[in-house]
Amino acid sequence: MLIFMAILIGVLYSTGVYLMLRRNVVKLIFGLFLLGHAANLLIFTVGGLVRARPPLAAVGADAPPPDVADPLPQALVLTAIVIGFALTSFFAVLAKRVFLATGTDDTDALKSTES
Amino acid sequence: MTDPLILIILVPFAATIVAPAVARRLGAHTGWVLALAPAIVFAYVSRLLPIEPGTAHTVAVPWVGSLGIEFAFLADGLSVTFLLLISGIGALVMIYASSYLGRDPRLGRFYVFLLAFMGAMLGLVLADNLITLFVFWELTSVCSYLLIGFDHEKAEARAAALKALLVTGLGGLLLLAGFLLMGIAGEQLGLSAIAAGKISGLAAVDLREHAYYHAIFILVLLGCITKSAQVPFHFWLPAAMAGPTPVSAYLHSATMVKAGIYLLARLSPHLGGTPEWGWTVGLIGLVTMLTGSLATLGQRDMKRVLAYSTLAVLGTLVMLLGVGTEMAVKTAVVYLVAHAMYKAALFMVAGNVDHETGTRELHRLGGLRKLMPWTALAGILAALSKAGAPPMFGFIGKEMLYTTKLTVENVGAWAVVASVVANVALVASALMVSVWPFLGKRGDTPKKPHEAPLAMVLGAVLLSLMGLGRGLMPQPFETNLGSAAASAILGRPVEMHLALWHGVDPTALAVLGLSLLTLTLGGGLYFLIRRRVAPVGPLLRRLFSVGPTQLYDLTLQGIYSGADRVTRFIQSGRLRFYVMVTMLVTVIVAGPPLVRAFMGGPAAANGGWRIHEIIVAALALTAALAATALRSRLATLALVGVVGTCMGLLFVFFSAPDLALTQVMIEVLSVVILVMVLHRLPLVIKRSGRLSRGRDAVVAAAVGITMTLFVLTVARVDRDPTVSDFYLEQSVPAAHGRNVVNVILVDFRAMDTLGEITVLGAAGLGVLALLRLRRKERS
Repeated sequence: MLIFMAILIGVLYSTGVYLMLRRNVVKLIFGLFLLGHAANLLIFTVGGLVRARPPLAAVGADAPPPDVADPLPQALVLTAIVIGFALTSFFAVLAKRVFLATGTDDTDALKSTES
Repeated sequence: MTDPLILIILVPFAATIVAPAVARRLGAHTGWVLALAPAIVFAYVSRLLPIEPGTAHTVAVPWVGSLGIEFAFLADGLSVTFLLLISGIGALVMIYASSYLGRDPRLGRFYVFLLAFMGAMLGLVLADNLITLFVFWELTSVCSYLLIGFDHEKAEARAAALKALLVTGLGGLLLLAGFLLMGIAGEQLGLSAIAAGKISGLAAVDLREHAYYHAIFILVLLGCITKSAQVPFHFWLPAAMAGPTPVSAYLHSATMVKAGIYLLARLSPHLGGTPEWGWTVGLIGLVTMLTGSLATLGQRDMKRVLAYSTLAVLGTLVMLLGVGTEMAVKTAVVYLVAHAMYKAALFMVAGNVDHETGTRELHRLGGLRKLMPWTALAGILAALSKAGAPPMFGFIGKEMLYTTKLTVENVGAWAVVASVVANVALVASALMVSVWPFLGKRGDTPKKPHEAPLAMVLGAVLLSLMGLGRGLMPQPFETNLGSAAASAILGRPVEMHLALWHGVDPTALAVLGLSLLTLTLGGGLYFLIRRRVAPVGPLLRRLFSVGPTQLYDLTLQGIYSGADRVTRFIQSGRLRFYVMVTMLVTVIVAGPPLVRAFMGGPAAANGGWRIHEIIVAALALTAALAATALRSRLATLALVGVVGTCMGLLFVFFSAPDLALTQVMIEVLSVVILVMVLHRLPLVIKRSGRLSRGRDAVVAAAVGITMTLFVLTVARVDRDPTVSDFYLEQSVPAAHGRNVVNVILVDFRAMDTLGEITVLGAAGLGVLALLRLRRKERS
């Protein structure tokens, strides 16, 4: 399964980068989105894929059973998902403001710092 | 730390703290108070006299012990000579400067720079450790930059300051490289790290035998000749005359430009004495001497006349150090001291003339003798010393110079001729700055001249009288200091005997004859220039108008326009260009090692596959690919949503229920926000051609492949389970939580989560603010 996940991550990176290289602000937003997914999945995957053994302790037990999934990458990815959401939504709103202020959604036209 | 030798370096630096306050209170009288700092140093150093030849007093304070660097200081005849010049002339310049600058509101700043420079210069000549010396060396360059550019509203002053900084700064870097090589060579020759970094420690070994000798020699030499304005780096010094006159008097004649001479002298026992040293140093000095002395005749601005004649003297000093015989070194010592005194005096005289008449142009000056009697006295006495006329100290210096040339076998007749030519020119230029403005008919000056105030006359008169006094009675100088200074340069104790009259022996008579010939020819040359019989001035100006200055200007222009072009290329302002560069660099740097690592190692455990996992992964993959091809905004958004949801499912399959919950929730929120935003944005238009899409696709594919390889390679690495195991074990007993991921987030790493919440809050506020902005605009 690792190989499939690796290919999926590669494709997500590719599509994310490809969309970021477009000149439309809308595509840029989508590209950023996909790139975020790719990074999250990468950390999750290299942290080890374990089926159906979440890091939970049973009621009354002192610790989760051995061989559960590593909780550390999961904690990291959880944080990353939330931060990624903050980033993309802020960027999306900002992109809209830029369009309303400058009248263009062509990133090549957004070169000057003066209005 | 209590050794007074270290404290005297601190005195000027301490004075910088009070300087602005003093300058605000006292204005034009500031100098009298601030001159106390150099006066204290002078008084202390004077008490060290007489210096026994061949002795040295050393102090060391640990600094960076691990690198073998100490604050090490060394006082011997050479450094004490410089200390006295720096502090003595320093005191007089301090007194002079406030009167010269008058009610300038930037007086406080000026004194801070001047005092800081003085401290740096004292440190430079006292330093025993190479790194300590280098630090002070650079500090003098920086102070010189600030002082030359003091009138920073003038473009000319700024350019001159930059020129001086770039030339001496470049030399400084080369010098540092030379010093480091010296340290390495010293250690390889068996010295300890501390001793190898010390100038006094180098006496124990012979660097000339080391393989690095030539590299060290060239680098150190370049450092010295840039600092001391030798050809071909001489052009910064005349330009530096753009600084205020006190600065020219202090830095650019008496002290800083002599730092290079000092270092050559200081290192000549360790690096000198080889044929390479003799020829290179000697020739550079000779060429500079001739260039400076001839160029000075073409100038008609008093300060520039003095600047070029300073070049000539610096060249002479370098040449003497290149020759390096006992006689040559003694001559260098006498010449150095004589020059510092008369040249500082002449600069002050030029400053007075400029200050009181409003011009330094010789054409407009004349007959100032009656109106400015004290200035005239100082000017004429100092010029006599400069011309090498008896009974001045400068006369002794010139006699010794000729003796050196005549007695040293390998120098030859050409050097004698060159020295005579240079000195004839110097006599003429001495007459130009003394006879021309002070004698003859009254000139047509912008201001009605009168004598300068006491503070501005004092220094020039004292220094020029000392030139006379030392000439008449040279014995105190030779016993107190001269012999010790010459011994320090030669590296062995020697005796110095100075006299105006050497009795009747063939060499002495020949020298006397040459001296008289020089004076006569110089006088004649001045007459020709003054009467404009020969077009010497224009001819020389044209001759020296081309040279390294043009090269410097071209280089600087080249750097500017080159930087401009590079910046324009790199900073295109187009976002996709930056993304492209970032990605390409990542691929190029990370790609090849990843391929190698991936090919080399064993395949990672794949863990088998289930059909539902493959279906979900394939769905995400297809959706992502399709998202790149569609133009409809909503359809693309839906596809991106599919990718996110598939990720949620994958999290479920691989034991991460919390991630799955978060992912799905966030995905829904994101889609909602994007829908809100997207309908305000225009439809997607196709903007790129097929070619650029193809190029982007290749780059994107390369990034994807790199990342895939990265995942596969990293998955093979055995992770250190310590931290994860700690969380798994401690979750229930320590934090009373059964969901380990949650416990990590809200307990073990609660501060991180707090930070995350803050970020989220800030982003939320940002979104809100941007949305409300629109509402306000509408209303």
